[in-house]
Amino acid sequence: MRFHTFLLKYGEIGIKGKNRHLFEDALVRQVRYALKDVDGEFQVYKSQARIYVDCEGEYDYDDTVEHLKKVFGLVGICPVVRMEDQGFEQLKKDVVAYMDEMYEDKNFTFKVESRRAKKSYPKNSMEISRDLGEAILYAFPEIRVDVHHPDVMVNIEVRNEIYVYSQIIPGAGGMPVGTNGRAMLLLSGGIDSPVAGYMISKRGVGIEATYFHAPPYTSERAKQKVVDLAKKVAKYSGPIKLHVVNFTDIQLYIYDQCPHDELTIIMRRYMMRIAEHFAREDGCLGLITGESIGQVASQTMQSLAATNDVCTMPVYRPLIGFDKQEIVEVSEKIDTYETSIQPFEDCCTIFVAKHPVTKPNIDVIRRSEEKLAEKIDDLMKEAIDTVEIIEVK
Amino acid sequence: MKEVYLDNSATTQAYRNVAELVQKVMCEDYGNPSSMHAKGVAAEKYIKEAKETLAKIWKVQEKEIFFTSGGTESDNLAVIGAARANKRAGKHLITSSIEHPAILNAMRFLEEEEGYRVTYLPVDKYGRIRLDALKEALCEDTILVSVMYVNNEVGSVQPIQEAASIVKAYNKNILFHVDAVQGFGKYHIYPKKLKVDMCSISGHKIHGPKGVGALYIGEHVKIRPIIYGGGHQKNIRSGTENVPGTAGLALAAKTIYENLDEKVERMRSLKQHFIEGVCQIENTTIHGLYDETSAPHIISVGFAGIRSEVLLHALEDRGIYVSAGSACASNHPQISGVLKGIGVKQEFLDATLRFSMSEFTTLEEIDYTLDALYNIVPMLRKYTRH
Repeated sequence: MRFHTFLLKYGEIGIKGKNRHLFEDALVRQVRYALKDVDGEFQVYKSQARIYVDCEGEYDYDDTVEHLKKVFGLVGICPVVRMEDQGFEQLKKDVVAYMDEMYEDKNFTFKVESRRAKKSYPKNSMEISRDLGEAILYAFPEIRVDVHHPDVMVNIEVRNEIYVYSQIIPGAGGMPVGTNGRAMLLLSGGIDSPVAGYMISKRGVGIEATYFHAPPYTSERAKQKVVDLAKKVAKYSGPIKLHVVNFTDIQLYIYDQCPHDELTIIMRRYMMRIAEHFAREDGCLGLITGESIGQVASQTMQSLAATNDVCTMPVYRPLIGFDKQEIVEVSEKIDTYETSIQPFEDCCTIFVAKHPVTKPNIDVIRRSEEKLAEKIDDLMKEAIDTVEIIEVK
Repeated sequence: MKEVYLDNSATTQAYRNVAELVQKVMCEDYGNPSSMHAKGVAAEKYIKEAKETLAKIWKVQEKEIFFTSGGTESDNLAVIGAARANKRAGKHLITSSIEHPAILNAMRFLEEEEGYRVTYLPVDKYGRIRLDALKEALCEDTILVSVMYVNNEVGSVQPIQEAASIVKAYNKNILFHVDAVQGFGKYHIYPKKLKVDMCSISGHKIHGPKGVGALYIGEHVKIRPIIYGGGHQKNIRSGTENVPGTAGLALAAKTIYENLDEKVERMRSLKQHFIEGVCQIENTTIHGLYDETSAPHIISVGFAGIRSEVLLHALEDRGIYVSAGSACASNHPQISGVLKGIGVKQEFLDATLRFSMSEFTTLEEIDYTLDALYNIVPMLRKYTRH
């Protein structure tokens, strides 16, 4: 079946009152962005609380749908057949032909629903539905009508042309990216942080990211892995500005000065501080981490409190109540899992003590950090000044 | 930044003249050797000349030379092709436990999928196969023995001639294959004198192109192809010949064997110098032998207390490129089977680097590397996991 248009349905943004056009405009922008690299000519526009994508000429249907499925804010993607208005009798024939081609097995129930945007059309929507329903019913002996719970809803929209669709491909849900500001994701090479970025982005938030690498303790390949992960998340979130921070000297200095069982917590506190610095610089409104309560020593309630202690921005932890398996499921869905499990050291695992503190006391940690007073400001400045920025698309 | 490439057992920089020749063949003499017109003839000439060159180096006949896609394919063709062609004579194969995966996994395939029996010979603490074990392993059913010339991880040189004599004395019909990927271009290898029936080499280990290799197959050897197609190369290896690669391989072979003894002597003295320097560092150990019975270009060093990956990246920061264990195995950070096989202590297993030189390696580069190690090793040892 050749589809000429996609009718895109959005959910929540329909109810945002006077701001609605902002959301719609963002969604149109995101749809255009998503289709930028797909083969074909696409016209994206909004009209009467819907977004339409007209596909002119040849285009790659499967690839188009794949990309549309990644646009946050869309709840449904309906492939539409456009029919020229050549009178109602012809329309009946065309709709019957449409049903015949779409459904090989006609043993199901259906209902026709019509909208008449073009008010000059000679029949009203009730009549259109009734008469087309009748035509379909007579054309196929096994087909039945069920107006309450039909298996297939055949939608007819009368505009300058007649739009016919009966299939709704589920969209990604959420809100269009760019309608809820931006936040800074602490991105490691693991399974959790890309999922966290995806989830916050799903709520319409633009994403930036900070990655801490520690050469020679971590390799170029570990960094490449993080870039690869950012690329996968960017398929949903749009472009990601990735900050790559060289963390080695800070890490070694902490190692020299502080008790080893507190290394991870103190290290994470400095990571938060640095990420927050870049977040503030770029106008982000919060930080995002992939933490989940109790998953590892640095993610106990006490450890989270100790890490959170240095942040002045809100820290969003969308996975906080997730089990590992639930996180893995999302990572498989968004195709980051295979990349995440490549075995390269990230800087958190290098200096992990055999028995890290699991219930750090914030005051104790603060006192340990005082031992860093001599050089830490210079090292922080150095790390911030030497940041490498990678625009991930 | 200075660049010191000490990973020549992983791959080498191409000779300039080789790269130029490859380009010339690709851009000008790009014909298909099977074509009947002049372009085809011009291309075919490169293949003929390549055979002549290798035949001269190996002292074998031109018709005994076959070109492949590299060391792995040569090894696979030799092992799988010969095993299948000779299965009526028996189904027992012998190899060593420290072979390259191209041999080991081909053997495993025959064992698991085609019902062959394989004996994996143990090695001594220097990484040399035990000849007494070979004698014991031979049986009526044995049809093929495959042993490498130089081990890629520790540089041990195998007693090929002795091993082949033992095999042939037992039964002259048993085939002997040598994986000479690491030994070719470092040693004068004469298959007929060594009494070996097949010998594998690879282009990119001798400053030639990647994706091309060769296999010597003695005239008398029964072998079946493992690739099927248009019947090229006497139906042993179908597929349009890789003309630029083959021409490049031959020129690289020719070039590396010019003044070979001199080059090897130089590498050997650099190796000695490097070993003396490395031994100045506390808690280091050289795996395998390091006298003149070992390969001139490979040095495997254990640095106690430092994860090899970290040291590798620290050297990389100074432009020095080396391998952890063996490059072929290091994509999967598993502990090296070879190091374990020669009885390397636990503390060195994940703490070993392989330095491998080429004829381009200079004394200055070796000293630069030693200086880097003197700096880095104590620093890294300070920061370890507790």
